[in-house]
Amino acid sequence: MIEAAVIGVGQTKYEAKRRDVSMGGLVRKAIDKAMLAADVDWDAIDAVILGKAPDMFEGVMMPELSLVDAIGANGKPLLRVHTAGSVGGSTAVIAASHVCSGNFDTVLTVTYEKQSESNATWALSPKYPYSPHINAGAGGYFAPYMREYIRRYDAPENIGWKVAVKDRLNALKNPLAHLQIPGIDENMVAETPMLWEPLRYLESCPSSDGACAMVISNKKLAESRNAAWIKGMAVRSEGTLSAGRDEVNPQGGQDCAKDIYDQAGITNPFKEIDCAEIYVPFSWYEPMWLENLHFCDLGEGWKLTERGATEIEGDIPFNMSGGVLSSNPIGASGMIRFGEACLQVTNQAGDHQVDGANVAMGHAYGGAAQFFAMWIVSNKK
Amino acid sequence: MTEEKKDFFVSDISLSYQYTAGNATTRFLNKVAEGKLVAQKCPKCSAVYVPPRGSCPRCGVATEEELELPDTGAVESFTIVHIPIPGNPIVPPYVSAMIRLDGADISFLHLIQEIDLADIRIGMRVQAVWKDKSDWGTTLENIKWFKPTGEDDVDPSVFKFKE
Amino acid sequence: MKDIYILAYAQNPIVADAKAANEVELIMPVVHQVFKQTGFTQNDIGFTCSGSCDYLQGAAFAFVEGLSAIQTNPPIKESHVEMDAAWALYESILKIQMGDAETALIYGFGKSSPGDLPFVSTLQTDPYYMSPLWPDKTSLAALQAQLLMNKGLLTKKDMYEALTQSISNAKNNPNALVTAMPSEDDYLTADYLSSPLSAFDCAPISDGASAMIIGTEEAAAKLGLQKIKISSVHHSIETSNFGARDLSTSESIIGLGKKINLKSFELDFAELHTQFTYEIPFIRGLLDLGNIDINLSGGPLAGNVMMAAGLDSIGKSFELLKNNDFNNGLAHASSGPCLQQNMLVHLEKIND
Repeated sequence: MIEAAVIGVGQTKYEAKRRDVSMGGLVRKAIDKAMLAADVDWDAIDAVILGKAPDMFEGVMMPELSLVDAIGANGKPLLRVHTAGSVGGSTAVIAASHVCSGNFDTVLTVTYEKQSESNATWALSPKYPYSPHINAGAGGYFAPYMREYIRRYDAPENIGWKVAVKDRLNALKNPLAHLQIPGIDENMVAETPMLWEPLRYLESCPSSDGACAMVISNKKLAESRNAAWIKGMAVRSEGTLSAGRDEVNPQGGQDCAKDIYDQAGITNPFKEIDCAEIYVPFSWYEPMWLENLHFCDLGEGWKLTERGATEIEGDIPFNMSGGVLSSNPIGASGMIRFGEACLQVTNQAGDHQVDGANVAMGHAYGGAAQFFAMWIVSNKK
Repeated sequence: MTEEKKDFFVSDISLSYQYTAGNATTRFLNKVAEGKLVAQKCPKCSAVYVPPRGSCPRCGVATEEELELPDTGAVESFTIVHIPIPGNPIVPPYVSAMIRLDGADISFLHLIQEIDLADIRIGMRVQAVWKDKSDWGTTLENIKWFKPTGEDDVDPSVFKFKE
Repeated sequence: MKDIYILAYAQNPIVADAKAANEVELIMPVVHQVFKQTGFTQNDIGFTCSGSCDYLQGAAFAFVEGLSAIQTNPPIKESHVEMDAAWALYESILKIQMGDAETALIYGFGKSSPGDLPFVSTLQTDPYYMSPLWPDKTSLAALQAQLLMNKGLLTKKDMYEALTQSISNAKNNPNALVTAMPSEDDYLTADYLSSPLSAFDCAPISDGASAMIIGTEEAAAKLGLQKIKISSVHHSIETSNFGARDLSTSESIIGLGKKINLKSFELDFAELHTQFTYEIPFIRGLLDLGNIDINLSGGPLAGNVMMAAGLDSIGKSFELLKNNDFNNGLAHASSGPCLQQNMLVHLEKIND
């Protein structure tokens, strides 16, 4: 296989409402930063790969068609990916596949969401005349799985609060993060309103506008740049309403992680991966994914969180950027994980840099915890 | 005097669609209109789906065989919803639970009422409370909610799929 | 670079209204057909990719619903494009070429009947300046057709010929939706939807699904079937700013014709993703196709399942090569108003 590397990552500032820019302006801000970081001009871009979550979030059908000029795709191949919440991650994987296939030297990939321009709750919960109106948003959908995790492993209530605090303290070190909550602590989280038991307000992700872009290239450009080499990447999917699915510890997530570890030659992810950006939109997903991604045995995830192993200084730092809990432009949220992993191994993460990070993981999931995309990046070819 | 400049305006998009539920779900809903919960069974792995969508994603085959299930079951998991959802008529706090009907291999979300919120738990036995027959239509809303039966809880291991 | 072969293709009979049928019920029959053609099960598939569009039915996550038609235990390597499934095929080709899979299953499905497609398609245009004016799909096509007429590049007679040839070809296609032939008088006197286009000039609103399996040369050899190779595939897009395009030509299509080296082989036929009559003579001219047969299947004018019709051009070309004394076929897929985005595929029969 042809080796590919990320040579530039660009992100916008994440905010609830980016009214200063159009959708085209938003994606272009991320693209300009990524291309500047990669030190490439438009001539170098052979194809553009765009990803975002459902079109109904912004009320624009197949928006890649009207974004052509903003994303510099005029006259070029353009592919549009949509794999629900995992889309940011799968878009990165597909963009890299363009390079790994040998057809392209350098590609640009961008993902975004501008939730402020529409009503995402409406888009996610259409009122079909034949379905009971019980749907209570994404939190209401996932809360029962978190409760089942807590029951299985007898996890204490404050684990969720700890994750909420840790990710928001990390966000204070990331000027692009949407939520900036100085002085946040477990008491503050515990005093916020309960939304969907066991989840409180500050244990849930915000709704953000934002975009993330990356330039991915083969060795032609990557060898002369501060590059994050892709050592393993994979996707997995499961059908939604399938008998025998374990939504708490989905097989698709386990298989996908195993696949990228095998590709990267990793046998002990806890020891060999220096840090990880993992898709945690609700606090309890940190311990759940620690187990699902084989960082520890079943039932041990919450104990790692409890003892601070996932803090920036810990054994396996999770979500140094503040994670999805601090910034959530849905379509881009996965790519932010993938891009932040690259920033870590290229020592460009600024105040939220993990010292000496050489190998990092990016992760995204979507749908009913049924779509997974992951990669491992390293600063060594 | 300077006029305040508006940086956005709301432009409503109105499109009308004729929604359909699918052939398999239509069969199910027509039975729900008669007060019956008719599941569909996978011809390969025997998994029982309710409400059915016409396939078993384990095996990638159509589920043709139908079987009527009782309106009793158990709580696989649940959440207590505390925030109002726009357009949702139910007043919080309320219990939204994954109900596993007896004999089914997947759960569906429905309400649990006639219970002290503090008593709700995984494994609790529940039964459907139906609307007045005169109000029945082709919707699972014919079931107002589920209520506890008072029977002993089931062990959550029963929710594991057995081939 | 690994050679890619088409191993199987299937299409549902195209219908105007699939009634209650959901995504699963549209997809499963065609997927089972391509499995039957190859003897494969999902376990023999290395990568699965689909194309669909939520706005057709007005419900988010059509592809998530559709995935329930596929065996996903154990979990599969799978992805989705919010595009015509021809681009799902393209993504699958990349996956095989990079060595991530030996075979791929591609499917596309669309149910346009629940909404008002020409107006729904309006939401494809720029949301700030264009879509608030509600330019429907037919009117945008009419702009292009009128411009071609004004420049002397197109006549109503050309359009009528394109229609009659398509409908006459469709009589050999058991899956075609439209097989009724209008008289020249009916055609010329029909009311305009947007001049110069009448309903006769537009592909019919259609529901359906299609599936395809592709694989490496080894996978093709194992099956022992007639080998049909995807010799070349390229795609490109143009600006959405109509004022910045010369709509009487297409840089995208001309450029792609050069990229697949159209002049380097003797072409037997072309299957074009043409949703309006005028597009057939237009593309014939752009690619200098001479008097080559176009849309022997009847093409989209005889049945046009959104999100599958581009894949169908490729699938129909595969069938034409397999079942006839043809050696080279050209397939075209498109997306967006006025042929904004295009893909050209050169398919070749390989005789061992």
